[in-house]
Amino acid sequence: MFFNSLLTNFAALEVGQHLYWQIGNIRLHGQVFLTSWILLGALLVFISLGTKKMENDPKGLQNLLEFLWDYIRDLARTQIGEKVYRDWMPFIGTLFLFVFVSNWGGALIPWRLIKLPSGELGAPTADINTTIALALLVSLSYFYAGLSNKGWRYFEYYVHPTPIMLPFKILEDFTKPLSLSFRLFGNILADELVVGVLVFLVPLILPIPVMFLGLFTSAIQALIFATLAAYYIGEAVEEHH
Amino acid sequence: MLAFNFFGATEGGLFDINATLPLMAIQVVALTYILNSLFFKPVGNVVEKREKFVSNNIIEAKNKLSEVKKLEADLLTQLQSARTEAQKIVSEAENESDKLYKEALELANNEANASKEKARLEIESQTSAARDQLSKQADDISELIVNRLILEK
Repeated sequence: MFFNSLLTNFAALEVGQHLYWQIGNIRLHGQVFLTSWILLGALLVFISLGTKKMENDPKGLQNLLEFLWDYIRDLARTQIGEKVYRDWMPFIGTLFLFVFVSNWGGALIPWRLIKLPSGELGAPTADINTTIALALLVSLSYFYAGLSNKGWRYFEYYVHPTPIMLPFKILEDFTKPLSLSFRLFGNILADELVVGVLVFLVPLILPIPVMFLGLFTSAIQALIFATLAAYYIGEAVEEHH
Repeated sequence: MLAFNFFGATEGGLFDINATLPLMAIQVVALTYILNSLFFKPVGNVVEKREKFVSNNIIEAKNKLSEVKKLEADLLTQLQSARTEAQKIVSEAENESDKLYKEALELANNEANASKEKARLEIESQTSAARDQLSKQADDISELIVNRLILEK
C-alpha cells in the first residue's frame, strides 16, 4: 500500500514530460524556452543595469560585472592563448553565462509552484536539446576557428605527432560534442531528480545540503563547459612546430 | 511511473530531440551577439582603458624614479668633487701661507744677520780707531816726556 503510493509520488516527478508547442509542422519543448526566456531576460536586465553608467571608478554592479568579465577573460586567455582569445571571448563568456544562469536558475527558483498543463519548468540545461545545441555550437566554432586561423593546415592537427593518431582524432570530433552535451545534461538532470525525490521523501531540512551540493555542481558544470569549449578552440588554433 | 517514457517514445521522453535544438542554438548565437554589444565590449573598453591608465602611470612613475636616482647620483658626485676641490684649495692655501711664513722668516733672519754684521764691523772699526788714537796719544805723551827730560838736562 505504502509502496504503491510512493510510486505514484515518483510518477508525480514527471520525468520526460514536456509542454509541447506546435508551430506548423515543428514541435518545441515549451518549458525549455519559457524558463530560458525568463532567466536570460533577468540576465540581460542585470547586465544593462550594471553597464548603464560605466565609470572609471567602478561601483556596485559595475564592479561585479567587471569581475565577471575579468574571470571570463582569464578563462579564455589561458585556454585559447594570447593571440586569438579576443575573438572568442564573447562566445566563451556567453556559454559560461548561459549555462551558469540556466543551472542556478533551475536550482534556485521554485518552478514547481507554477503549474503547467504538461511537464514542468526547470533548468533549460536539463533538456537534451539545449545541451546538444550548445555542444554542436562548440564543435562548429572550433572547426571555424581552426580553418579561419590556419586554413587547410588545420587538418595537420589530425596527423599531428604521427599519422597513427588520425582515427582517434576523427573519433574525437564525435566524442567531444557527445561528452560535452551528456555531461551537462546528466549532471543537471540528476541534480534536479535527486532534489525532487528527496523533497518528496523528506520535505524538511534534509534536501538542503543536497540543494547546496546542486548549486556547487551547477557552477562547476558551467565552468567545465566553458573551459572545455575554450580548450577545444585553443587546440584548433594552436600552431604545431 | 518513473521510467515510463524514458527511451524511444515517440511522444515525450528524456531523449526527445526535436526543433527545440536548432532554435536553442539560434537563441544562443543571438545571445552571443547581444551580450557582446551589451556586456563584453563596453566592460572590456572600460577595464582595458583603466589597465592602460594604470600601466602608463606605473611606467611614468618608474621613469621619474629612475630620473630622481640619476639626479641623486649626479648631485652626490658633484658634492664629492666640490669636497675634494675645497680640500685642495685649503691645502693649497696652507702651503701658500707656510711658504710666505718661511720667506718672511728668512728675510727677517737675513736682515737681522746683516744688521748684526754691520754692527760688528762698526764696533770693530771704532775699536781699531780708538786703539790708533790711544797709541797716538801714548806716542805724544812719550815724546812729551822725552822732550821734557831732554830740556831739563
